[in-house]
Amino acid sequence: MDPVFLSRLQFAVATMFHFLFVPLTLGLSIIIAWMETQYVRTGDKIYLQMTKFWGKLFLINFAVGVVTGITLEFQFGTNWSRYSEYVGDVFGSLLAIEASVAFFLESTFIGIWIFGWKKLSAKAHAVVMWLVAIAGNLSAVWILTANGFMQHPVGYTIRNGRAEMTDFFEVLFNKFSILEILHVIPSACLLGAFFVMGISAWHLLKKQHVEFFKKSFRIALVFGLVSSLVAGFTGDLHGTHVAEVQPAKLAAMEAHWETQTSAPLVMFAIPDEKAGKNLIEIGSIPGLLSFLGYHDFGATVRGINDFPANERPPVAITFAAFRTMVGLGTLFIILMVYGWFRRDKLMESPTFLKIMLFSIPLPYIAIEMGWVLAEVGRQPWIVYGLMRTSDAASPVAGYQVMISLIAFIVIYGLLGGVGYYLIAKHAIKGPVSLLADSKH
Amino acid sequence: MELQTIWFFLWGLLWAIFFMTDGFDFGVGTLYPFLGKSEEDKRAMINSIGPFWDGNEVWLITAGGVTFAAFPKVYAVMFSSLYTPLLLILFALILRGVAFEFRGQIEDAGWKKVWDLCIFIGSFIPALLFGVAFANIFRGIPFDGQGIYHGNILMLLNPYGVLGGVLFLLLFMLHGANWLAMKTEGDLNERASAIAQKIWLFLVPVAVLFLIASAFATNLYNNYISNPAYIIVILISVLSLLTIKVYLGKKAYFSAWCASAITIVSCTFFGIIGLFPVLFPSLLDAQYNLTAFNNSSSPMTLAIMLGVVVVFIPIVIVYQMWTYNLFKGKVSKEEMEY
Ligand code: HDD
Ligand code: HEM
Ligand code: HEM
Repeated sequence: MDPVFLSRLQFAVATMFHFLFVPLTLGLSIIIAWMETQYVRTGDKIYLQMTKFWGKLFLINFAVGVVTGITLEFQFGTNWSRYSEYVGDVFGSLLAIEASVAFFLESTFIGIWIFGWKKLSAKAHAVVMWLVAIAGNLSAVWILTANGFMQHPVGYTIRNGRAEMTDFFEVLFNKFSILEILHVIPSACLLGAFFVMGISAWHLLKKQHVEFFKKSFRIALVFGLVSSLVAGFTGDLHGTHVAEVQPAKLAAMEAHWETQTSAPLVMFAIPDEKAGKNLIEIGSIPGLLSFLGYHDFGATVRGINDFPANERPPVAITFAAFRTMVGLGTLFIILMVYGWFRRDKLMESPTFLKIMLFSIPLPYIAIEMGWVLAEVGRQPWIVYGLMRTSDAASPVAGYQVMISLIAFIVIYGLLGGVGYYLIAKHAIKGPVSLLADSKH
Repeated sequence: MELQTIWFFLWGLLWAIFFMTDGFDFGVGTLYPFLGKSEEDKRAMINSIGPFWDGNEVWLITAGGVTFAAFPKVYAVMFSSLYTPLLLILFALILRGVAFEFRGQIEDAGWKKVWDLCIFIGSFIPALLFGVAFANIFRGIPFDGQGIYHGNILMLLNPYGVLGGVLFLLLFMLHGANWLAMKTEGDLNERASAIAQKIWLFLVPVAVLFLIASAFATNLYNNYISNPAYIIVILISVLSLLTIKVYLGKKAYFSAWCASAITIVSCTFFGIIGLFPVLFPSLLDAQYNLTAFNNSSSPMTLAIMLGVVVVFIPIVIVYQMWTYNLFKGKVSKEEMEY
């Protein structure tokens, strides 16, 4: 039982599970804060009802997001102790700042939001929701800054056998991190928007609470349209930056084997890592890869075979993850643009509503694939170019990690099952009338 | 004072605040099956900590994060040596966190029982294991110069470790009982106050035993011998422990709760001061000890982090106090929906 392999598996399970809940927290919190603001501004009770209905789903999701985050914070120490010693000077401070600047704000004010309906004025209560939304997104900023350092380390020097910080602002304004932030937050808003639209579509198809869900759908549609465009745009910027600083990842995500000028973009391929080429290639567009990577049709793009064998990331996974994400991203833009033109005729297009209903899982898939691309494509490095994943694990016994891995899978499996069951139950039940509702 | 010394005590302070704040939630959760007779009692107990527990738990995350930032090697060696107990604590916290949210979602007795159990386990296990872990830290852990742990989980359950576990558990239970006495009314209030008195009777001998055992199992007293002025911390913890009884007798529950808070903080500092400058002593050889000076982050990182902490932690304390003030007074019936 190899503790490195098991620790990787465990970390992948834990982060990917955490990130099933995080994006909805990030995106939906903003949407709810917006709804509550509308209530304060217009005094229209339907916005209050919206705040409460979506808020209930939000809270269930939030609870799972919070508890799965705590294990992550400690896993760098439990499973990646060599890594923690090596980069703690830079990476640890970002995590500590995240906790003291963002988590406190988020966790304290969510308690006030839940219990404070009668204690606070409507306006103050809406402000509290904005604080929750801002704090959640602020925590994303810090953790992504930490992740950006692993992807593209800057602002440090190797001293005393470890990475020590030399320039805090260089770490903060790492271009890689900023691109991650600009890409992940819109992706999360997109996911939140699809969640609201999908559930609204279900009720609209059943023709129940029509006014309520039409309004919810409209609000989410605006969020979805804007964020799908921004996610696509920043994703493209991200790609060119990856081409510059992580050429091996670029080659892997494009399944591009041989170094060449005017490199073509392959739409679909089945890569064969042993043979160092693609078994099948469909739809190759000459020069496009050079253009996407360097905004120049003639640019030279390094191929995977040009990298030493021990510096190559797994090609098939990285390639498939990237294709899935971009394919879905394109689909989302099409759906949102179409939806925008149909926005006043929602009830007349049941097919569109059905598509939106069945699209609820798609942003989840896209967002997870994005992380698989970013993290698997970074291999074999844990900190790009600086430290290998194989040197990073803790000197703990394999069986210990095996037991904890099984515990993670069992507990998280149950937790996820119950969480989504409850979300679905309340989503289907629909909004409760405010007159009968004495609750928050 | 050097940055490292400041950070050593900040590190201790963050753990102390965590024990003081989340401590009463753990206590309430541990007492939950014993005091929560009716559904109404249970709701009142949950609601008394409802607005606070999540914010309190962040003190743990911050204490962990600050260990990582200021003393990366301690973070690495401590958490990998304590791998299994730490994960047990984290899993317990997971169960507790979701239980508060999930319990009220379905009106069914069996469903509620499951989450009732999770609230108990999720409070009892951390209360006990944090005590076991900290007592073992005071005593030393068998790790070598490479930071490799030589031992197994059962070694943590040595008599001194177990004694520390019981001490923490009782302290948190008393702190929780005081909280409940302060926040509830009627019958539940009376039972909480009665159980607080009982816990106190058990706690006093355990605390005395712990102070004595520390002289044999640890080096904590060396610092007190070379610098007797520090003994004041021990005096404060003993005095505050005694005053709890007085306040309980007078039904001054808020004061009793403040006294148990002071007891917890001063007990933590008893250990922190005794450890200085060692954060994580090795049981194998003192030369492997991880101290504030031989493994801290670079001066630059320590300075930046000090700036962050000095600005933001007071802000956090202000808005958390504001929350406590907003939800002060007894838990009222009408708000008893989570
Ligand atoms: C892009 C966003 C993002 C990413 C990549 C991560 N998280 Fe997260 N995390 C959040 C965004 C977030 C959040 C939205 O802010 C959460 C979800 C629910 C919540 O309350 O906050 C959260 C919760 C959360 C908590 C609980 C905080 C609390 O009690 O309020 C911790 C300790 C962590 N996370 C730690 C981590 C670590 C160590 C990660 C890296 C491996 C990580 N998160 C990835
Ligand atoms: C929440 C979204 C994230 C997801 C879904 C995710 C996913 C993954 C996956 C799938 C792996 C395994 C890769 C492999 O071993 O082949 C991994 C590894 C890892 N990731 Fe992430 N990751 C996320 C965010 C982060 C962040 C924000 C950080 C740091 C701040 C981080 C740090 C790491 C570390 C330390 C490893 C282990 C070493 C390694 O295998 O490279 N991850 N992650
Ligand atoms: C529409 C076209 C899109 C393009 C061109 C694009 C491009 C990219 C690129 C190049 C990366 C790699 C960054 C790295 O290797 O570190 C990435 C990462 C990622 N993508 Fe996308 N993306 C698109 C759409 C989406 C969508 C729709 C989602 C989710 C709903 C998404 C979620 C993510 C996530 C979570 C990551 C990992 C974090 C990061 O590195 O930013 N992407 N994307």
